[in-house]
This record gives sequence, C-alpha cells and structure tokens, in this order.
Amino acid sequence: MSLDMPKFSDLDALYDEENALVGTAMYEDPDLFDEEMEKIFKNTWVWIAHESEFPDKGSFKLSNVGLEPVIVVRDRKGKIHCMVNRCRHRAATVCEVKKGKTSSFQCPYHGWGYGLDGSLRALPYPEQYGDDFDKAQHGLLKLRTESYNGMVFATFKEDMEPLEEFLGEAVCRYIDLFMKQGGGFPVKVLGEHQFTVPMNWKVQLENTTDAYHFPVVHKSFMQTLDGQTEEMFDFLDKGKGWVEDLGNGHSIMMMIPELEDLDANLGAPIPARFEELAQEIRDEGYPEDQVKKIVRAVGGAGFNLNLFPNVSFSLAFFRVLTPISVEQTDIRHIAIGMDGGPDAANQARIRLHEHFQGPMGFGSPDDAEVWERIQRGTKGGEDLKILVNRGMVDEVDGPNGPRGHISAETGMRAAYKMWKGLMAQ
Amino acid sequence: MTEMSKIDTKSLLADVTAFIWAEGAMLDAREYDEWLDLWTDDGLYIMPIGDTVDFQNSVNLCYDNAKMRKDRIGRFHQGFSISSAPPALTVRTLSRFRIEGTEGDLVTVTCAEHVIEDKFGRQRTWAGNIAYTLKSTEGGFKLHQKIIRLLNSDGMLNSFSYLF
Repeated sequence: MSLDMPKFSDLDALYDEENALVGTAMYEDPDLFDEEMEKIFKNTWVWIAHESEFPDKGSFKLSNVGLEPVIVVRDRKGKIHCMVNRCRHRAATVCEVKKGKTSSFQCPYHGWGYGLDGSLRALPYPEQYGDDFDKAQHGLLKLRTESYNGMVFATFKEDMEPLEEFLGEAVCRYIDLFMKQGGGFPVKVLGEHQFTVPMNWKVQLENTTDAYHFPVVHKSFMQTLDGQTEEMFDFLDKGKGWVEDLGNGHSIMMMIPELEDLDANLGAPIPARFEELAQEIRDEGYPEDQVKKIVRAVGGAGFNLNLFPNVSFSLAFFRVLTPISVEQTDIRHIAIGMDGGPDAANQARIRLHEHFQGPMGFGSPDDAEVWERIQRGTKGGEDLKILVNRGMVDEVDGPNGPRGHISAETGMRAAYKMWKGLMAQ
Repeated sequence: MTEMSKIDTKSLLADVTAFIWAEGAMLDAREYDEWLDLWTDDGLYIMPIGDTVDFQNSVNLCYDNAKMRKDRIGRFHQGFSISSAPPALTVRTLSRFRIEGTEGDLVTVTCAEHVIEDKFGRQRTWAGNIAYTLKSTEGGFKLHQKIIRLLNSDGMLNSFSYLF
C-alpha cells in the first residue's frame, strides 16, 4: 500500500455515504481491520449461537465474538452464559471441545476450575496467593448475553442497549416470520457447513444482501432445478421483491414475497414437486392441515434478513461470518429443521441444504470463488472506488427506511452507514 | 460378511486396487462421463461431516444419488460455474488398501487418499479415509458406495471444484 492511501481517520474516504462509494482500503488495510475488531465487534450485539445447539443444562459450544474465542453454556438452572475461553491464570484455553456437556471447565495447565457461570471455583494450592486472594475477581471474562426467539447474542459493551431494542420491531417481526419454517415445531440446528475464504469480512456482509449476483453466479445451480423452483428463484425478472434498510445496519431482502409469511394462504394446493414428500408425511399419520404447514415450511422463507455485523437469516438457513484477518473470513452455513418433526421433512430440508450450501454445494463454491476474486482484484487500482450505489435512483421511503429494487444495494448502504457510525465513536 | 480367512485376499486385493487406482486416475483427468458409468444405479457417493454413520439424517458435505451425481458433473461441464471453469487441478495418491469383508457380490475396501489441488498458483492438501463398497459384475467392478471422510470434515474447509 502507498503512503497516501486513505487511513481510517478519514472515514469519508472509506465510505462516502452520499454517493455510496467504498474505498479499496476497506478490504485491505490491516490497521483498519484491527480498529474494526475493537470499535465494531466489541461495541455491538454479535450472534454467537442458536439455543438448540446447546439445549440442556451443562450443554456448551465454542463460538467467537470477533477475534475473541468464547464459550456459550447453560448453567444448572438453564441460564445462558458467554465467557472468553482463556484461563485467568496464564491464559490457556479452558475448553477445546467444539460442543458437548460438562459440569465445569478446568484449565489443563495448572488445574484452575471454573463453574458453568464462569466463576473460579477451585485452584490447587491457593495458599501461595496469600489470604487476600479473591476468587470472585478471577472468574472467566464474561460477556453480556441475551436471546431473541432462539438466537443468542453476546456483547462486550456493558452499557449496550437491550438486544430487542438493537434489533428493533421490524427485525423481530421478520425473525418471528423466519422461524415459522419450524412448521409448527421448534426450530432446531441440524448441522453445518464450514469454509474459510480469503476475503475481507465485509465482502460477506455485502453478499447476503446482494440479489443482483444470483442469476449470474448461480446459473449452474438454477439449471439443476425443476421448472417450478427455477421460476421461483427467478426473482430478478419478476421484480416483485425489494430490499429495505431496517435500521442499525440491518436489512431485509424480500426475494419471494409470496413466502414472506409461511402461514399465509395455507389452503393452496401442495406444489407438484412436494407431493411425494406430502404423502410420506401423511403416511406418518399427520392430518392434512399439518401436512400442508410442514410441506410449506420445508422450502424455507422467501427472504434474507441480514443483521449487522455477523449473521444472516438466509431463506432456509443461518449464515454466520467470523473475521479472522483482514484477508480471511470463516463462513458457517447452519442447517435448520423441525425439532420433533417428521423425519421425511427434515431429510428433505437437509438435502436442499446440501444441494446449494457448503464446500461441495452447487452454489457456495461459486460464491466463494467470486469473493476471493474481489480480494484479488482489490490488489489493483487502489484509488478506484467500490460501487454500492445500485438502485439509489429509484429508492423510495419504505415503512422502516429506504426501500429499493430487489437488486438494489440498499442493504449494503444500511450496513456501511452503521459501520461508519460505530467507527466514528 | 464372509470371514477374511476364506477369501483369496491376495488376488482380490490386486483386483480392487487396480479398479480404485483407475477410478482415481479418471477423477484427476476429469473423465467424468466415464466416471458416472462406473456406478450402480442405486449407488451413493457420500462425504460425511464428523463421524456420523446415519448419513440420511445428517448434514453431509455431499450425499449424491444418481441424479445428484449427474447434475454435479453437468455443472462441471457446462462452463457456467465460475469455481469449476477452470477448476483446480488435482493429483491424488491412493494407498493403504484393506479388504474389510465380502458379502455376496459386494466387497468392502478401505484406503487412504491424499489430494493436492492447485489453483491461483496456490496448492492445498487434503487427506481422507475412503470406504468403498464395490459390486462385482460380469463387466468388472461397479461403484456401489463411496464414503470419503476428510480428516477435518467438521472443521473449516475450502470449497471444492472437483471430486474426491
């Protein structure tokens, strides 16, 4: 990088809000990345888990808040705790099991033992610390934790506004609509695909609200669909959808408005492609109204709800980003299904997930390729700007914020506006 | 399963090894249409995540029946998939063959696979354990089930534009 490259002290050069232009340094400046990890990932609610991933008392999973490795766990009363995975003595991780069940966490180095709430319970030979050693001051570093409809978030910011306020009414409403794909059952995580991509985390943040790329990047996926499904995914030509800024960096990309509320118009006939599945569910003894609800839910919702800074509720799965370095981001595609629902329905959901998502999917590898191409491309022309101004010309006032054409970059502008606000603090 | 002591393992081992090496050479050479012909109609090509054995009810990296295999190869061929046009190039080594058992016309073989891929001037290495179920036919072996377990299947992977 040359010395006259815009630095993060000049936020307008990094994101010019009026013209929706992004500076190349946004993807490549390691100093800027360090600043983002402090000012963004330690100053807002960050998604860490779905409650079904650690369902029981003593269940835990490892996660991340920005660069910080954390443990998410339920204590004996079922209360959720999140703490940094680092012993308060000499910093070793106290857990390296990705997911499981335990009654405590013990550091492997000198045996300091912590309770499920992160408190320091016992340490070998405490006498050498003297009489005034206060165990209460040496618990694992805790984060504030709150949940909404099964989605668990944590924050390092002590005085962060409550989660529901940060999300806002519109986001909460869309989360509730998204969770209807439980088909009357609680939503449960069924598994996940994980892959790391040589790209800046904001490339991913943009992509979850980018419908414009779909017919180009995913043409080969579209060609493997039946006619009815292909038509449904042809949301750019149909032009009925929209993208809307929901505030605080969040946005909604409504690709298939007919599937905004999965409970609407449930009397409609079951589509031909789902008839075989419907029969399997009938054969398991479910009444017809429930069969229709479950079959409708199998296909997922008709929108991507994008939450700043790290999770998207994407049609039928959760997409989570974890920044690793300025040029590397980990991606998880978390498959969800119906907890206690018919096996046939969950199998159908899993097969749909495998079809598009993950390292061997018919969609994700092509996404990963273009994301990497962005990172490679930004090595050149560093004075050029990245354009996120698509759809500004015909944007209107939506019920919650600016609303643009389905292919508009309204959601990216929402995210960058929030980015700039946090970075300016 | 037939007891191992009753099988002429030496001759069978040579036969299955020759078949699996030929299959591996086909995949490196991207002779995918020929590869599709190696399969039984109800065969399954599976790359599980973690140590699950209940593939049907688990999220796998892939769970390909005949239609999915055909669609996957179609995607590689048609030139619209940016990740596979061009794809990464691969060189693989298959070794440590062991016949686990036979039952009727089916033989189960396990082996180790190392794949090195090259794209964008960057090489990546993958290691996996494969369990083959081969079906003996008049025209030679057919692939009936191929289960590839990458060592880090439940960790952070990259995206793949080829087959294991």
